Amino acid sequence: MKRRVFAALLFGSAVEGAVRLAAATPDEIDIMAMKFDFYPDTIKVKRGRPVTFVLNALDRIHGFKMPDFGVRTDIVPGVENRVTITPEKTGTFVFFCDVFCGDGHEDMNGTLIVED
Amino acid sequence: MRQSVDRRDFLRLAGIAGVTFTAGLFPGHRASAQAAGDFHFVQMSDTHWGFKGPPNPDAEHTLEKAVATVNALAQKPDFIFFTGDLTHTTEDGNERRARMKKFKEIVSGLSVKDVRFMPGEHDASLDKGEAFKEFFGDTHYTFDHKGVHFIALDNVSDPAAKLGDEQLAWLADDLKKHKPDDRIVVFTHRPLFDLFPSWDWATADGAKAIDLLTPYQNVVVFYGHIHQEHHHMTGHIAHHAAKSLIFPLPAPGSQPKRVPLPYDAEMKGLGEREITMAAKIGITELPVTKA
Repeated sequence: MKRRVFAALLFGSAVEGAVRLAAATPDEIDIMAMKFDFYPDTIKVKRGRPVTFVLNALDRIHGFKMPDFGVRTDIVPGVENRVTITPEKTGTFVFFCDVFCGDGHEDMNGTLIVED
Repeated sequence: MRQSVDRRDFLRLAGIAGVTFTAGLFPGHRASAQAAGDFHFVQMSDTHWGFKGPPNPDAEHTLEKAVATVNALAQKPDFIFFTGDLTHTTEDGNERRARMKKFKEIVSGLSVKDVRFMPGEHDASLDKGEAFKEFFGDTHYTFDHKGVHFIALDNVSDPAAKLGDEQLAWLADDLKKHKPDDRIVVFTHRPLFDLFPSWDWATADGAKAIDLLTPYQNVVVFYGHIHQEHHHMTGHIAHHAAKSLIFPLPAPGSQPKRVPLPYDAEMKGLGEREITMAAKIGITELPVTKA
């Protein structure tokens, strides 16, 4: 009996641990940057679930900034640039290139939609 | 004060005055310090020479009209300062230089010959200010005029909109030479404070510059970039954005996208400004052309 309870507890812990592990492992979303667009430029994610943006530039250095989440990075061609956030509130948030890249730079932006 | 009221009246009669914004911009400045002499200068900004498009079908003539308006001022300003984006960006270095050459040719028509320049990101971010320096000199510098210390800060030659540690150290060294109650005017292209980060209306390390300036009691900042009149305080430091001379942009966050406002044939959203430096500073917004 004690062994079954122990096994049940152990199993329960394992499941809980697996869930925690899954929640702590960020989803990955690839984003390509090139003058003057992000692909994709609209991204949907789940609230409370960590997500890593894997950023690659095709033509030159760009920037990736999400001011609502306090993150930014350069996107250097040939380098896999990564930014991780855990959105804690639902809504629509902007991201944009913050490294001036030419005529059209001001239009190089995208939308992050955080849903329940 | 009497003098500035008379000046405004004159401008109104001449049909070229806009709204005058008056503020105690030098709160720590004692009236007795006026001995150095009152004066006025003109700020022109964001001319974007070379831009073509529906936001301004008159783009080829707007700058010339503004030059004529400034030349028609009854009292000649002591100097004129351009706060960046003299030219519209292009990836072609030859074309960039051709635009700067043409811009310089047009503004050589200003009757005031003390004209100073700083770059905007359209001028300098693609080549780290190389072409700008060829035509206009240093991208950051200081000068003194009638008891006021002027500092031009470059927050655009780094395409990531940074002043950078080297320039910040240069600023700190310069400020050390000044007393806490000295009158200091700072010119920048982009706002030094986080005006609206979602539209990238900020300077990445602008807060460091504000920290360096804050111990000084009489500091005011004039900048461009956002293509509209805007006034903001960070502590006791006032920041005043100027209108553009190419197309107006929407108020921060007033619409989803930071796109130019539709063209207005009367060019109400465009203009330059006259700044009167006295115990209190008057900012008079001027239209592109005389009424």
